[in-house]
Amino acid sequence: MTAMPALTVEPEVQSARTFRHVLSVIVRDPLSLASTIVILLFLLVAVFATQLAPYPNEGAGVTNVPHRMLAPSTEHPFGADRLGRDVLSRVIVGSRLAVIIPLGVVFFAILIGVPLGAIAGYKGGWVDEVIMRVTDLFLAFPSLLLAMAITAALGRGLQNAAIALVVSWWPWYTRLARAVTIGLRERYFVEAAQATGVRDSVIILRHILPNTISPILVQATVDLGTVILAMGSLGFLGLGTQPPSPDWGLMVAEGRDFILNQWWISTFPGLAIFIVVLAFNLLGDTLRDIFDPRQYR
Amino acid sequence: MLRKLEFVLRRLLTSLFVLVGVSVITFFLSRVVPNNAAALYIGPRARPEDIQRVSIQLGLDKPLPVQYTIYMRDLLHGDLGTSIGTKRPVLQEILDRAPATLELLFTGMFLATMLGVPLGVLSARWQGKPLDVAVRAISIVGVSMPAFFLGLMLQIIFFRNLDWLPLAGRISNDLRFTNPLETITHFLVLDALLTRNWIALKDAAIHLVLPAITLAAYPIGLIARMTRAAMLEVLEQDYIRTARAYGIRDVIITYLYALKNAISPTLTVIGLTIAFALTGTFFVEIIFNWPGLGQFTVRSLLNIDYPAIMGITLFGAAAYVVINLVVDILQAWIDPRISLK
Repeated sequence: MTAMPALTVEPEVQSARTFRHVLSVIVRDPLSLASTIVILLFLLVAVFATQLAPYPNEGAGVTNVPHRMLAPSTEHPFGADRLGRDVLSRVIVGSRLAVIIPLGVVFFAILIGVPLGAIAGYKGGWVDEVIMRVTDLFLAFPSLLLAMAITAALGRGLQNAAIALVVSWWPWYTRLARAVTIGLRERYFVEAAQATGVRDSVIILRHILPNTISPILVQATVDLGTVILAMGSLGFLGLGTQPPSPDWGLMVAEGRDFILNQWWISTFPGLAIFIVVLAFNLLGDTLRDIFDPRQYR
Repeated sequence: MLRKLEFVLRRLLTSLFVLVGVSVITFFLSRVVPNNAAALYIGPRARPEDIQRVSIQLGLDKPLPVQYTIYMRDLLHGDLGTSIGTKRPVLQEILDRAPATLELLFTGMFLATMLGVPLGVLSARWQGKPLDVAVRAISIVGVSMPAFFLGLMLQIIFFRNLDWLPLAGRISNDLRFTNPLETITHFLVLDALLTRNWIALKDAAIHLVLPAITLAAYPIGLIARMTRAAMLEVLEQDYIRTARAYGIRDVIITYLYALKNAISPTLTVIGLTIAFALTGTFFVEIIFNWPGLGQFTVRSLLNIDYPAIMGITLFGAAAYVVINLVVDILQAWIDPRISLK
């Protein structure tokens, strides 16, 4: 019996070691380090947006018509938009929605998707069959198109756009969690728990789910970039955040008519989306290399 | 041969199942999720008597299974409803606009394949070398760039600053009078080629350049990376090592022996990206005023033209399922191991 606790502890020890390994790889790779710093910077900006924005009121939507269409200057480093609002302030205040909402979207997609995937992978049989066929149906839609349709059905707005993205994204996590679980099911610590009569629900909660964390986190990092991009796209179409709230995608759309002369109105928010998404994709790419997802597919 | 036929039949059946499921989801989205589906269906100017009439017409007073049967019956008759915005059948609107979108989609995907596959092969051949790093960078930048942002930047550079390429549109308006294009396939470039209308051909082609590049940016990265991964896997295999041992030249090994076996997984990715690119074209079309499905979709989304939105969603999903089916069958044909699984 003394061997038992050692067997159940094994995965946790491994995850601590993995974490240190990941950190060391990121620190040594300049691109990953840079993207981690960029992500942290954007998160900081998002948290302290109202303190950092030079004109927080304009950032939130208060107009200043005399300043309309001002070109970038020291006073307005990113220029001013069609209603005279400081573009820098709007990009800064907009980072709240642009970065934090996608974090929530991925969180809820994981919350729905992962347990379902763990159950499907652990139980197998008809339970597996039913859950996986349902994910197939959702994955039969191009994700963004499905999100567009759901937002249309629920009504425009930030909250509904976020719900729509959760509904389109959870099946990916179900698939991944299932694949990981199938690999774990055969491991000693799971078999040992089964042999000692531990209930299935406890095995899934205590032994399976904690071990799905690292591949799920890798996937989440990769997905965050995609979700920020999708959120920006919904915003660009006018389905997400409604004016006057600042939304990067919406700001690009608003500046589109002036792109040839007042290029700054669209360019800076577009650049913001690009840089954040790039940072998440670069980091996700490194993490993926470390964990080699092929072992789960 | 029998095995292959069985495989194709099995795939056809699963696709059919998925299509039915897709229709269930769009049914729920159009009839069950909205608070007042009939009011949405008629549009913003719905009068109470209209709502009542449409409720009965859509069968909204009946139990859900009956409603679904009515919905399916209409679908199978090609009835996707009538667009609120244009007052024409949604199916007709989709069919009228599909050629412009498909022309852009095919050109973009062709470009992405022609660039992505060689980049992936080179990247695998020079693994870890500067070229490989550069391809990785290009790929990640490509998938991180919002299409609507890239499109605008290209317009600034190639229209405003350099004045090399047209700003937007599918063909110059004045050509309608000077060199009118005869319609055969509805693909402008192809029509111009078939009718030897060289001026129109050049004009249509230069209008395609920026939209196609914008659209291709995302799939180029995906295709290059998938090709690279597939090539690396193949290059590790015994028969490649044997070929090396025989002193066969590296170029022949890479491009003839390895690529042949790496092409099958690449094909899957190309198939999948076509579907993603379909949504991508919507954004490219808005930026470049391309008269396709995308413009229609966005207008429908903003005006809550409900029948149109659901029709397009269904169309997009169906296209996705069909593309996947075609890719799977193609793959089975190229790689006999697949139908044996």
